[in-house]
Amino acid sequence: MAEFELGRHLYRFPGGLKLRHHKQIACRDPLTPAPLPERLWLPLAQHQGPAGECLVEPGDRVVGGQPLTRARSDREVPIHAPTSGTVEALRDGPVSWPPGGQARCIVLIPDGEDRFEPLDVPEDWTYESTDALIERLRAGGLAGLGGAVFPTAAKLRGEFPPIRALILNGSECEPYISCDEMLMRSRPEAIIEGARMLARATGADDVVIAIEDQMGEVRKRLNAAIRAVDAEAPIRVVQVTTIYPEGGEKQLIQVLTGQEVPHDGLPQDLGLVCLNVATAAAARDILIDGRPVIERIVTVSGPGIRHPRNFVVRLGTPIAGLIAAADGTTGAIDRLVLGGPMSGLPLASDRIPITKGSNCILALRPEDTAREQPVMPCINCGECIRVCPASLLPQMLYKHLVADDFDTARELNLFDCIECGCCAHVCPSHIPLVDHYRHGKGVLRERGIEDARAARAKARFEAREARLAEREAARREQREARERRLKDADRAQDEVRAAIERARARAQKDTGDAGDNDA
Amino acid sequence: MNLSLAGAPHLPPISTVGGVMRQVLYALVPGIVAHVVYFGVGILFQIALAVTFALALEAAMLTLRDRPLKPFLSDYSAVVTAVLFALCVPPLAPWWIALTGMLFAIVIAKHLYGGLGSNLFNPAMVGFAAVIIAFPIELSQWLAPRSLTPGLPGIGETAIAIFTGQLPPSVGWDAISQATPLDALRTGVAENRLVTEIRAAPIFGDFGGLGWEWIANFYALGGLYLVWRRVISWHVPVAVIGTTLLVSTPMWLLGPDIHPSPLQHVFSGALVLAAFFIATDPVSGCSTMRGRLVFGAGVAILTLAIRRFGGYPDGVAFAVLLMNMAAPMIDRLTRPRTYGHDSDRDGS
Repeated sequence: MAEFELGRHLYRFPGGLKLRHHKQIACRDPLTPAPLPERLWLPLAQHQGPAGECLVEPGDRVVGGQPLTRARSDREVPIHAPTSGTVEALRDGPVSWPPGGQARCIVLIPDGEDRFEPLDVPEDWTYESTDALIERLRAGGLAGLGGAVFPTAAKLRGEFPPIRALILNGSECEPYISCDEMLMRSRPEAIIEGARMLARATGADDVVIAIEDQMGEVRKRLNAAIRAVDAEAPIRVVQVTTIYPEGGEKQLIQVLTGQEVPHDGLPQDLGLVCLNVATAAAARDILIDGRPVIERIVTVSGPGIRHPRNFVVRLGTPIAGLIAAADGTTGAIDRLVLGGPMSGLPLASDRIPITKGSNCILALRPEDTAREQPVMPCINCGECIRVCPASLLPQMLYKHLVADDFDTARELNLFDCIECGCCAHVCPSHIPLVDHYRHGKGVLRERGIEDARAARAKARFEAREARLAEREAARREQREARERRLKDADRAQDEVRAAIERARARAQKDTGDAGDNDA
Repeated sequence: MNLSLAGAPHLPPISTVGGVMRQVLYALVPGIVAHVVYFGVGILFQIALAVTFALALEAAMLTLRDRPLKPFLSDYSAVVTAVLFALCVPPLAPWWIALTGMLFAIVIAKHLYGGLGSNLFNPAMVGFAAVIIAFPIELSQWLAPRSLTPGLPGIGETAIAIFTGQLPPSVGWDAISQATPLDALRTGVAENRLVTEIRAAPIFGDFGGLGWEWIANFYALGGLYLVWRRVISWHVPVAVIGTTLLVSTPMWLLGPDIHPSPLQHVFSGALVLAAFFIATDPVSGCSTMRGRLVFGAGVAILTLAIRRFGGYPDGVAFAVLLMNMAAPMIDRLTRPRTYGHDSDRDGS
């Protein structure tokens, strides 16, 4: 394992873009809770990976914090009732992924009483074993709140080398998104306490909180919170240069350590775990307040929003309610985006609910994207190469992908693309490069699945053939044995017959002799 | 609510193909003005002719290929091709030189290869190579710089010369024409004269050709503007000029009698123009940063070799065309190392 001192020296990653932040417009107002909607829509699967097992039925009354699904492994994440109310139905509703798609949701009608029943909490978490801590975090539905919603338990334990350092990512880096900044400003103590818990759960003896260089206020508050506690492992705040996408996990690791996550590996292979600051605060809420992940901070912003701001939102709240709470839109909205403007997902409907990974909702008018110009041919200008943080050749990938040459695209390391959108942003020909990469990855994955399926079918076929051949051989063996036995039996019969003949012949001779005697 | 499901990014684009090409045209203005100052208005006629033919041929080819006219005519790529071509031909070249050049540039080099973005070769240089091979006489009739002639032809005389192929009787061809400095050098060296002797002729200036050296300076000025605006990267110009100096300096030090000085090389012919405007053509050049260094170095070495050993006074056009052929391979061999991979060509 390579040696490095986390965050002592800051490194530069290749490429990237300096973008206008547009963050402060949503930070002028204090954090406020968003109003509870008439119905909460809770997709069973809120994360990458399989959904948990559903524990409720239509008509059930639930209280806030009550588990609605159960996780059967570290890859599954349970969801909990965001408030008290009645389960109206289990029904398909619009969701953010896949774009325009639907997924099974629990529809919950809040009763307005907002009763809450906390999870069981340890008396003093510092006495808990790491496994017990991770188990509690898992039961609290903890997943990466930065947007990827990766199940945290699966990040904290697994088959990897011992963890030396924990990186808490507080550098959002995409324009407009300010939910983490608001969290760090308003709840620095919660983040520090969560950081201690996560350090304990991973065994890390070094914790770095990475924030952007223009967040001076945040640094002061975090440092004050660090001084106020007697932390087991040193916790440091490091300010990194705001160059998109420095908040990407791989890029942040490169900036802080100068090391790269192996293309076929994980940060854990470098002895690192990278988590979002909001995940740390949520860990603290689970272990101290017994409050599972039932709400999150969401930035509602963009030029299409009349009053951009950050809300504390109960999961399941449809986006339309948040836009209304932000005093509505400033004009005809052309795009609703989940996430930031560089890599966010386009949303098909404002009925889509907030889930654990929904960090930001952007409303954009047609003039804000100005994408009506035609797509021109690639002129090979190389701007995309200059800005690619993964050092890929985006224009070459594109040319192979439009020619359906997926294998060459794979050889050009298509799967190392982090879909940050830098290439498409600078492209003078306005080619939607990231769409092409996603499509190419999809085709290759599908083909990989097909290949795997074919391999499995082949293995099954060969096993069956072998089995049949074996059975045939056994049967033949049996038959031959029986034939041998029969033959043996025939011979025995012959022998018997011969013996009888002999006996009879002897007897006749005896009789003749006797007859002679009698006569 | 009618929502677009177009993928990220959702920010307005920061540049357009037309915008990039327009920047290139602006950057050529100082060099063109200097050209007019030293050699008269002929160059403006050449530019006007080439642009007209280029746009007409572009429109015709787009129609034949069933492509939309507006986006492709307004991308300025044909205009850039035409202007670069015009800057390489003599100011009084007859009108059909521009037509022939544009036929080869726009019709053959560009559209028969698939149009914008698909051409293997630099269209302007294909056009120039075609006319210099087909019409060597017309392409060798250069004017002497203003200070060396009794009077450069005016607008009317220039128009008559270009459209009729005849100079007006008032202007004597012998009085205004002059071999280019590069021509003078190659014939001089071939006649076993010393470089210092040859350079004593009035057509030579302080370090290059008289007039030419200042035009090159203004091209460089425009080129630096493009580098500053990030329209082109620094790699190609640095590689072309750097390699020219690097290769010609030791030769000149060893044999100053037969080898022109490094500055003479840089400031004559189309080298500076090529360094900033021709070898930087993105479509036919390299796109990786290391590849651009190799590409520029190759252009410089081939140019020097053609100037020294070849049959044409300036080899820039042929050097660029030869490197165009190598560009895809150079790109492949200079692939940067992907994040998280050990070596350059580490597969998935």
